[in-house]
Parts: sequence; structure tokens; C-alpha cells
Amino acid sequence: MDPVVLFFLLGVIAKLAKSDLRLPEALYETLSIFLLLAIGLKGGVELAKVPFGSVALQAAAVLAMGFLLPLPAYAILRGPGRLARPDAASIAAHYGSVSVVTFAVATAYLTRRSIGYEAHMPLFVALLETPAIVTGILLARMGTLGTVRWGAVAHEVLLGKSIVLLLGGLAIGAIVGPDGIAPIKLLFIDLFKGVLALFLLEMGLVAGGRLGDLRRAGPFLIAFGVVVPVLFACAGALIARLVGLSDGGTALLATMAASASYIAAPTAMRIAVPEANPALSIGASLGVTFPFNITVGIPLYLMLAEALRF
Amino acid sequence: MQTHPRKLIVVICEATLEKPLAEDARRLGAGGYTIADVRGSGRGGTREGAWEADRSIEMKVIGDAEFAERFAQHVLATYCEHYSVTMYLGDVSVLRPEKFGGR
Repeated sequence: MDPVVLFFLLGVIAKLAKSDLRLPEALYETLSIFLLLAIGLKGGVELAKVPFGSVALQAAAVLAMGFLLPLPAYAILRGPGRLARPDAASIAAHYGSVSVVTFAVATAYLTRRSIGYEAHMPLFVALLETPAIVTGILLARMGTLGTVRWGAVAHEVLLGKSIVLLLGGLAIGAIVGPDGIAPIKLLFIDLFKGVLALFLLEMGLVAGGRLGDLRRAGPFLIAFGVVVPVLFACAGALIARLVGLSDGGTALLATMAASASYIAAPTAMRIAVPEANPALSIGASLGVTFPFNITVGIPLYLMLAEALRF
Repeated sequence: MQTHPRKLIVVICEATLEKPLAEDARRLGAGGYTIADVRGSGRGGTREGAWEADRSIEMKVIGDAEFAERFAQHVLATYCEHYSVTMYLGDVSVLRPEKFGGR
């Protein structure tokens, strides 16, 4: 098992055991800024070398996937789940959007196994963050679209820290190239895994704190939080193969499709669909899907990618 | 020392509401406001401020009685149905009334 996963489990255990361990909020903030920038920079350095045409096709496919993923999730939540429309729409948005940390853990997993992947994958993380949120809001507000404060939502999502730092890092990496990145490589590239481990300790504490939500959410959402990511991973892997990604790239896109947002989506849905109960979406996304993905999901998605070659 | 009576309004709520509340306060005539990050527990559960969607803020606004009425009614009507909001009012004395609106 990856050390980063063990850090996560340590956090969960500490939280459940009611340890007084608590990372300062400023550190959490610093680590998340570091991770987003580092992921962006690393992708940006490579992005400059990739022909624009091939990336554009992949990006279009990824964007389409982002817009469409919430639809089956919504249907499942409304049908068998019998959830109210705002709750179903909000959860669907969370699951269609992406978790950057899950992506980071997946890259670490591939690196440890010396499996290569397209270095511009972080671009797709940035692209996947927003579309599902738009679909989720449309699902919740169909018929009453005039009541959505689109300006506030757009500002929150498009200028939220994750998109600004991911795209900013990508741009800086692409502009300075491999030589330009050398002086800051020690911090942003070499220390990445250690920082990721520390961040996952904090994520363990956070996820451990969400387990209480699950008791209220009930068995349906717990099952949803495990089954839907696997279904979405299949869709992601299929799309990845259709646009010609490698084994590693396919595993990463499958992971992105499987992951559920817990930063951008909660903030945006809170503004746009306030009547949705955030305990349901966050409980499922952070309490079930995030732990599932980083422990069981990622190895599974790699196997899936390797099985799906054509 | 001469003091002037004013109302202090304290709103404790999800951090999502920081921007809209700040805009509302200005629009309804507040001379200013103070916001701090806080954490705590209530009927809606415990909020520890551990990550983005778990943050809470406390906003303090001082104004005259009419402002307090306007602002409190607005918050009640706009946010209290769907967001976790704790709001209370208190009587305070200020030394420089021109800072806080009203006579």
C-alpha cells in the first residue's frame, strides 16, 4: 500500500479515536495551494511539447464527459434513491466534478509503479471541475433558471482557487519550460509526495469527521458512493481509449471520472441551490467515495485501463 | 465621557455567505463590518473549519436601530430558511456615532 494512503488512514483513525490532532487551517490552505500549483506546473512543462490538435480533441471529449456525467447520477438518485430534486441535482454535480487530491494520489500510484501517462492530464482536471456544476444547477433549476445568481456562481467556480492555481501553474510551466522550472524543481516536484502525504493526513481527519453524516444519509447513499464511481470510471476509461490515451492516461481519466468534488462543487451548489442538504453530498463524496477511491478504486481503475485496450 | 446608543448585530453563519452578507450590509446602510473565522456546533451539526466547505464566519455590524431592523429582517428573510444562521442583537455604546450611521 502507498504511504500516502497510510497517512490518510492514520488521519481517519485519529479522528475516530477523538485524538486532539488537528492541523492548523493555515497549513491546510498552504498545502492545498502547493499541491494545485505543483500539479499544474508539472503538466505545463510537458504541455508545451504536445501538438495542439491532439490535445484539443481530447479536451473536447473530456468537457463533454463533464457535462454529461451528472445525468445518469441524477437519474439514479431520483429513481431508486427517491431523493428530492435539489439534493439529487447537488449530489450529481459533486460526482460529475472532480477531486484534485484523488487525481494526485493516482499519479503517485502510477509513478511508484513506473507507469507513464500523458503529462498534460492536469489540464483535464481543470476542465472537469466546472461543467458538472453547470449541469447540476440546470437539473435543480429547470423551469426557474432566472432565479440562479449565475454571476456569483461563475465567479466562485471559474475564479476559485483550484482553477486559478491549476491553470496558472500550467501556464507558468508551459512558458518557462523544463530549464526554467529547474530552480524551483526541488520544492514543487521533488517534495510533492511528502507534501501529498501530509495533506492526506489532514484529509483523513476531515473524512473521519464526515462519517457521522453517513448514518443520517443511509445505506442507499453509501452504496451510491461506491457503485457510481466504478460505473463512471468505466465511462472515463472508454472515452480515454477512444481519444487515444495510454494505459496511465486512461487510468487517470477513469480516476477523474470516478472522483467526486468536495471543494468547488459544495461551494457552488451552496450558492446556487441552497435548499439542497450539504450533509448528503459531502457525506457521500468525502465520507464514502474519497476513501474508496484512494484505497480500492485507483488500483481497480488501473486494472480496468489495462484490460480495456483496443 | 459622552456615549451614544447603537445596536450591535452579530451573524454567525456558513462562510459561503460572507460575500453576499457584506454586500447586503453595505447596501442597507452599514458604515462597516468585521468578519472573523469561527468554529462551533449547533443543531445543524459541528463545523470545525477544517476545509473549504466546513468554514463558518462571525460578522459584526454596528448601526442605528433602523439599520438593525432592516438588516436583521433581510437576513431572516433571505438566508435563514436554507442556511445555518445564528443571529443576535445587542445594545452597545459608541463614542463616535458618525462612524456607525444615524444621528
